Amino acid sequence: MRRMLSFANRTMKEILRDPLTIGFGLGFPVILLLLLSLIQANIPVEMFEITHLAPGITIFGLSFITLFSAQLIAKDRTSSLLTRLYTTPLRATDFILGYLLPIIPLCLAQTVICYILAIILGMQFSVNIIWATLMNLVPSFFYIALGLLCGSALTEKQVGGICGALLTNLSAWISGIWFDIQMLGKVFMRIANALPFIHAVELERAMAIGDFEAAIPHLWWVLGYGVVLMVIAIMVFLRQMKNR
Amino acid sequence: MKNAIEIKGLTKDYKDVRAVDNLELDIREGELFALLGVNGAGKTTTIKMLCCITTPTSGDALLNGKSIAQNSDAVKKIIAVSPQETAVAPNLSVEENLLLMCGVHGFDKQKSRQRTAEMIEEFNLGGIKKKKASKLSGGWQRRLSIAMALISEPQILFLDEPTLGLDVIARSELWDTIRELKSKMTIILTTHYMEEAEELSDRIGVMKDGHLLAVGTAAELKEKTGEEKFENAFIKLVKGGAR
Repeated sequence: MRRMLSFANRTMKEILRDPLTIGFGLGFPVILLLLLSLIQANIPVEMFEITHLAPGITIFGLSFITLFSAQLIAKDRTSSLLTRLYTTPLRATDFILGYLLPIIPLCLAQTVICYILAIILGMQFSVNIIWATLMNLVPSFFYIALGLLCGSALTEKQVGGICGALLTNLSAWISGIWFDIQMLGKVFMRIANALPFIHAVELERAMAIGDFEAAIPHLWWVLGYGVVLMVIAIMVFLRQMKNR
Repeated sequence: MKNAIEIKGLTKDYKDVRAVDNLELDIREGELFALLGVNGAGKTTTIKMLCCITTPTSGDALLNGKSIAQNSDAVKKIIAVSPQETAVAPNLSVEENLLLMCGVHGFDKQKSRQRTAEMIEEFNLGGIKKKKASKLSGGWQRRLSIAMALISEPQILFLDEPTLGLDVIARSELWDTIRELKSKMTIILTTHYMEEAEELSDRIGVMKDGHLLAVGTAAELKEKTGEEKFENAFIKLVKGGAR
């Protein structure tokens, strides 16, 4: 346990001491929330109402967490530090948990900051926001698994392209955060529904208004994707560790 | 003298390439053994197998009686590695890097603080202990890297190209450090610098194409090849002109 916590502590410090992580991970969702609320204040749009918008932004922000965790893992894979650590008594589970656990408080911090800002911008505070914050751990689990998978399978440069461009765009455009997906037609809607992003947003929205019944089907989608992805990510991580 | 490392038929295949071929070698306890060879000779693969980073295709090695094939967990508790490139966590301070190594070796808080303070003292890192590793010069990073390897008090230390890319002064300082470590533990050193091997090692092994061509002291290898300079002896051995 002590070994894993030491490695996790190092992961946390590496992430927090990177100014880009703080800037994009915590700052960008805040800026988006402010900008879209400003648009809403001038040209009222139902999608941009703070109660509707804030839960979606908390999910969008998680895609940056995926990017930063994947980047750290991919960078570590090419470093001599990891070679050194592979020769210590650290076990595979210590490495995996050491990468995953420090990301959870980051996800929570990002969600809390988004909701605090949303409340300042007019969102009604209720106990449902606390439930929504806690439920955000499920989409976080999915995004963390995605980070581990991308970091284990891709190079640092590929992570920048795939997580930085593709994932953030997928997370932005087919999750229904800023516009109704139905506007894009049935095919697009089917694709969006088959992926976890829109379900993560709908799960968070349902929790934020206390509609737990509506949240359940979305919860299974996100959890299912998360579990499958985590299993694949761990297998890929172990394989690259063995092949190093 | 007791053997610290006993290598028995160690072989590693990568797809169509045999990187290390049926290596047989004993290294004595407290010895500083240098492994020399041109690029692709199999030095790094050998070190990787001995450090349990890479699994051998066949054969085994016993490190203080512990098998790398059967008991890698036990091996990892008695070895330390200072890899080819500087292996430090760039965003952590010097002190934090040392504490990280204590933590991954399972030391409690008190022992971690104590060993970190000892390493800082021993390697004169006091003035830079709060500085981020990424801000240190190459020489200081390499010194930190070796301190990180030694913090767990290993019985066997692997130094892979420890002075690569360092200036003359930094290299000379690191040689002094390595000399001080001699006889306190068994050291396996890989290097491309002939004078480094000659200056520091008790014995030298020369590898080529995954085979061990010759083993002996620098003087023995010079005598074997009939050369006065060790570099010429090495070239003759590798080119196949030894008597």
